[in-house]
Amino acid sequence: MKYGIVIVSHSVKIADGVKDLISEAAPSLSITVAGGTDENAIGSSLEKIQKAFDENIGDEILAFYDLGSSKMNLEMFMEMTDKVVHKYDVALVEGAYTAATLAEIDSPLETIENSLKPLIIK
Amino acid sequence: MKIELNDAEKWINLFVDKLEKNKAELNELDTAIGDGDHGTNMDRGAKAVKDAFAKKTPVDLSELFKTTAFAMIQKVGGASGPLYGTAFLDMSKAAKDNDDLSALVQIGADGIKRRGQSDVKMKTMIDVWQPIADDLKQGPLTDQQVTDALESTKDMVATKGRASYLEEKSAGHLDPGSQSSAYLFESLIEVIGG
Repeated sequence: MKYGIVIVSHSVKIADGVKDLISEAAPSLSITVAGGTDENAIGSSLEKIQKAFDENIGDEILAFYDLGSSKMNLEMFMEMTDKVVHKYDVALVEGAYTAATLAEIDSPLETIENSLKPLIIK
Repeated sequence: MKIELNDAEKWINLFVDKLEKNKAELNELDTAIGDGDHGTNMDRGAKAVKDAFAKKTPVDLSELFKTTAFAMIQKVGGASGPLYGTAFLDMSKAAKDNDDLSALVQIGADGIKRRGQSDVKMKTMIDVWQPIADDLKQGPLTDQQVTDALESTKDMVATKGRASYLEEKSAGHLDPGSQSSAYLFESLIEVIGG
């Protein structure tokens, strides 16, 4: 599979919820999540991010996050990994939904990124 | 000046002691302008650093900073995890062939700027790290320099981090990340002298 999606959120429920939502639009896409800290409290975990990327079977990853430390941990992971990761500074729910819908029908990256542009908020 | 492994070890140990001792104080500062968990987060990081040192005593400066970095990255949970983590990780990489203290602190400060996409005057821990890095280049560090750097954050309006959501209401409070960074450099002075 060309693209997979990784969701990084401060909250386990947000991460799982976004996955539930976008899976409806993209049932065959590899979507993995890293929500909350190692103890499932509010926060972010590099270990969970690592696991979400390991479990994802996409050749390249489209990554979405919510707040500050999710972004920082995601960027820290990106400095450590050999995987191709595209990180988007967009509204989490709308961005991930848009990307999932387009990746599901094998749209090229350029199309996906053009559709994400109006959703950039950070 | 050069920093030796045993001094650096004392430095980090004193720092994590201070984090544990001042958990409530850091939480209180963070309650005013953030989400109230900086003390709890750093306390978790401090315990992880102690556990990691107990498991394996670092054999050189690079390993000492790396162990500190990974404990912080894995256990802190909030934004300070990747920020302190990046600082110590970058210092660890540099310490392989550089044991100059002021150079290492500057490298740590640069790491925090990169990770947080931040700079001075944004009311973040950079407002302690950068002036202290500058002071260290000039000579021995003093408690007054650390206090001055920390106090400078009080009147700033935050433009990065959680406090920036409060806009001008963030002024009038010390930045919690700057307070924990002040503990780091106060610990350093206790080890190497002012």
